[in-house]
This record gives sequence, C-alpha cells and structure tokens, in this order.
Amino acid sequence: MNKFIRIDMTAMKVTTEEVPEKYAGLGGRALTSNFVANEVKPTCHALGKNNKIIFAPGLLSGTAAPNSGRISVGAKSPLTGGIKESNAGGTFSQKMAKMGIKALVIEGMPADDKYHIIKIDMNGVTIEDAPAEIIGGCGNYKAIEVLSAKYGEKVGIALAGPAGEHRLPSANISFKDPEGNMRSAGRGGLGAVLGSKKVKALVIDETGAVAVPIADPEKFRAASKVFAKALLDHPVAGKGLAAYGTDVLVNILNEAGGLPAKNFTAGRIDHNDNISGETMNATITERGGEGKVSHGCHAGCIIRCSQWYTDKQGKYITSGFEYETIWGLGADAGIKDLDDIAYIDREMDDIGIDSIETAVAVACAMEGGLLPWGDGKAVLEAVKGIAVPTPLGRIIGSGTAVVGKVCGLFRVPVVKDQAIPAYDPRPVKGIGLTYATTPMGADHTAGYCISGNILKVGADIDPLKKDGQIEYSRAMQIGTASVDSTGMCLFVYFGIADNPGGYQALIDMINSQYGISLTATDVDKLGESVLKVERAFNKAAGFTNAHDRLPEFFEYEPCPPHNVVWDFTPEEIDEVYNF
Amino acid sequence: MQIKVKLFATLRENREKEMMMDLTQGATPKDIIERLNIPKEEAAIIIINGRNAKPDRVLEDNDVVAIFPAVGGG
Repeated sequence: MNKFIRIDMTAMKVTTEEVPEKYAGLGGRALTSNFVANEVKPTCHALGKNNKIIFAPGLLSGTAAPNSGRISVGAKSPLTGGIKESNAGGTFSQKMAKMGIKALVIEGMPADDKYHIIKIDMNGVTIEDAPAEIIGGCGNYKAIEVLSAKYGEKVGIALAGPAGEHRLPSANISFKDPEGNMRSAGRGGLGAVLGSKKVKALVIDETGAVAVPIADPEKFRAASKVFAKALLDHPVAGKGLAAYGTDVLVNILNEAGGLPAKNFTAGRIDHNDNISGETMNATITERGGEGKVSHGCHAGCIIRCSQWYTDKQGKYITSGFEYETIWGLGADAGIKDLDDIAYIDREMDDIGIDSIETAVAVACAMEGGLLPWGDGKAVLEAVKGIAVPTPLGRIIGSGTAVVGKVCGLFRVPVVKDQAIPAYDPRPVKGIGLTYATTPMGADHTAGYCISGNILKVGADIDPLKKDGQIEYSRAMQIGTASVDSTGMCLFVYFGIADNPGGYQALIDMINSQYGISLTATDVDKLGESVLKVERAFNKAAGFTNAHDRLPEFFEYEPCPPHNVVWDFTPEEIDEVYNF
Repeated sequence: MQIKVKLFATLRENREKEMMMDLTQGATPKDIIERLNIPKEEAAIIIINGRNAKPDRVLEDNDVVAIFPAVGGG
C-alpha cells in the first residue's frame, strides 16, 4: 500500500502522495489515530473546516488472511469532542488495500451546500455531484442501490445517511456489504463529519487492481492456515457466534445480573427469552425464506456472526442484528417484541445512525417522558423522525447526553458524552474501567473485559470484585488497539486468547506480508503507543483525568439483583493508564 | 433438595431449557451435568444465583443453576 490520497473539499482538489515515512508501518486504528493526532487541531470544532476524516484499511486487509477486512475511520468526534476511531466490515477496506491505497483523507469544506460523491478507481480520484435522488432523506438501502446502478454492482461504498446530512452527533458511516446491505462504523458521529464536508458517499472500484504484494507467500500461507484453524477450532469463534450471533449474550448477562434494564435501574429482565440469541436463531430457522442464521460481513470472514433476520413471510428485514442493539431496545428501553426491534434496527441502518447511542438515548427519552416505556411502535416513529428531521428526531439523534439534558435527568449513562453499552459496570466491574478510561468515550469494544469477567475466555476474574480488574482492562485496551490496527475483526480474540499458536500466527502473517520481524512485545508496544497518542490528543482537546469517570449515579444507586455500586476510587481508575 | 436448572444455546438441543431437579444433599453442578448427559467440556460456564461458579461447588436448596456452553459476542 503506497498511496496516500488527500481530498481537499475547500479547493476541490485531489492529491496523491507517497505514504509519509512515519506512517509506513501503520494501518487501521494506529494510522488513523496517529494521523488525527498529527494533523487535526485538537480544539477545532468537529464539524468545522479544520477537522479531517481519514479512512484506512488494516495492515492485513486485502490479503487472504481470514477476517482481515475491517476498515478504520478516524476524526475528531462531534459526539465526544475527543479522538475517534470506529471500524467496520463491508467491502471497502479490501478494495482500498488491493488498489494500494494506504489512506484516504478528506479535509476542508466547500462553501456551497451541494453534496458530492468521491469516486476512486485505478485512474484516480474524482469529485462528482451526488445524484439528487439520494439527497434529503433518501434511506441508505435505496442510496446503495442507486449508486451501485450508476457506478457498478461490485463497487464498494461508504456513505453518510440522512443523519449524516443533518450532521447529528450520532450519525454513522455505512459501508456496503457483499450483498449490497450495510455495516456501520457506528460510534462517535463520524457520519456527521462526512456530512459537514458535503460528502454524501465514497465509491470505490478496484477493477484493474492486482493482488496485495506478499513478501514471503509460503510463510504467509502457512501462518494463515494456522490462524484459520485457531478460529475454527474455538467453540465461540468457530461455532457459537455463527449459530446464535452476538445476541447469545442476552441470556448470560441476564443470568449474571449485568444486563442493564430500564435505563440502568436494574441488571436483569423477565422477558429475556423474547429477545435472546436462542430465540433469534429459532425464529430465523422457522420462518425460512430469505433468512440466514449465519452471514459474514466481509469476504474471508469465517466467524460469520451476522445473520439475515426476516419477517413472518420470510422476507429480509435486517442483517447484523447485534446484541448491543437488541439489548438497548429490548432491555434498556423494555421493548418486548423482537420483530419490533428488528424494524427499528433496519430504520437506524437506513437513516445511518449509531444503533447503540440511539437505543440508549431512546431509553433515556422514555425515562424523561418523551416516549412511552417499551413501546416499539412509538420508537419506530420517533426514529423515522430523525430522517426528516423532526424536533424529537433531532433530540434523539443527538445522543444520550443531549436527551438527558433536555429531559433534566441525572441518570444519564454516558462517559465523555458517549452512551454506555450493554454491560452494567456495577456488577461487571472490569468493563467499567474500560468505559471510564478509553479515549473513545464509553465503548465496550475498546477493552472487552466481559471476556474474562463473564465468558471466562482469556482470563477468569470475579466480575463483582475489584481484584485484577485494573491490570486486565489495561491489557485488553492495549491488545485491542493492536488488533484494531491489523484490519482484523475483534472477534478473532476469542480464537487466539487461549491459543498462543494462533496469536503467533497473526504476527507471522504480518511479518511475512511485509518482510519484517515483529515480536509479541513489538505488537504490545504498538498498542500502547496508539493509546498514548489518542490520550495526548484528548488532553490537548481539554480532557483531564476527571473525564475518566463513570456517571455519579453508579456510585449511589445499587444495581439489583446483586445490589452493588461502582466503587473504584479516582486513584484506582487512573492506574489503568499508568504504563 | 430442589434445584432449578437452566440450559442455554447448544445445550438446549434435545433437552428441556428449564427444569426442577431433586438432588441429594452435597450435590454439585457436576452431578447435574452428568445426569443431563452434557459432555464435560461443553459446560463451559456455570452461574449459580447470578454468580460464576466451578462445577464442584456444593449446592444448596432452591439454588438456580444456569449452564452455558462457551459463548461470546460483543
């Protein structure tokens, strides 16, 4: 990957440079975060002309390495005001890598209000007018159809939906998947940054591109085989995720008393069976038709945690129907019908809005009296209003922190203004440390301590106790920053956490692709350096240790059934980043 | 003593998802797993009354025992 492409939306000018030396060994999150730290003014307004947005494939993207098709997107976040990296599947990353493009940067901002398409192919990059029919409320499903018809069925697409055009702080960026549906770089409002630059979509056509060069193909093939076997042999990565999707977590978190319910006032629900992964699997199987229990979000995915969820007639409603979304709407907002939740999930994808932020915002809006508790039909109408946007749509699309303020609530589950996801930090203490300290704002994927706390993969730590949690959250955050830089799906962790050979194979693939000799220590150092760069950006943007705290209500509202509170001291929390 | 047993994910295949079991004093989750013909390695996670437990934990009357295969997500 030797091209570094800058698209200046002020001057409407494209520049293709050689990859700067300092970025040569970086990919994915390591590249996006270093770039943002180097070039974005930390105190800039995220929707102003001084923010820049960068798209970067991971180090292994575009190769035959299993599960390596993730794309990282970075910018200053309009939701948190801090640095953001959000990654997704789909087809975009592999196409960029095959075309030798290390990064696409969009900077500046046009003076007029016209939306544009950025077209990338082997002849170069052009900035074109966006088709009028996909602007002003057109859903993402339709927009992908229109763009695919215009530019070719096989093109890759990254787009801002109606929420991005409205520059709402929880707008996501949607990436076309292999079947023309979508996957999202969901968190932190990066769709609003794209919208602010008047870019409706990036369209990429790799026709004429050659294979990604591999320095030692034989060694690469051997390592890739070991890695694939590690994933397929593991009961979670090789079997469980494909059968039940991520939604399998509803029942286990419910049993453990860590499933946040009714805007984080309890850790358990009674209607768990309505919304569980087991029920989802049975429903898809029973309805037949277009339904698929397992589905990969990018070519080369062998974990296949996604699925196609269908209506009663067996017609596709939504895909990538995730635990986080189902928890947010089903447990936190109390909607008891999985079909209702599926239609809302589809609508959120269609509008291009983060399904975690929005679900938690909806639960807060229920507590604040803006919506009736548990009413799936009312929520669907309110979410549809985000595309218009109605005043209620704008409020919900602005995220949980804004809803909390508008409604005068103190129980507002956010860190750095980003909604806390599907694990209560009081009875699952490890994840609370990650929420509090990651530079991303509350984010379970930044250091997934559920693994050792609840799932007993990679570690065995009592979720209700503090012992070992600081070191564990630190190690998970460092490891995640490394994995996020490879283009690998984070779920490969399940396959390699207890399998040193599998982990070594991941490093061997990178080494044989680039002709280098990284060790496990180097990989850890990479993760540490990414976190340090991100934290330094946030500090320069005005963040202090006082922002690395959970909302106060967790300290004095016990969470049933365990009736525990959040009891890490500020000094203990600050230890997480002492490395 | 009466123990409520809950099974999840693949462990539900050809088994009831929830049942009451009458066990003798001193029984452990291991006894339940054996009685239900669950291969030992498939009972990856055991949660008793909301708390993670090992297969040799001695049960008490009215305990709720949830047994899961290896699961993950996020």
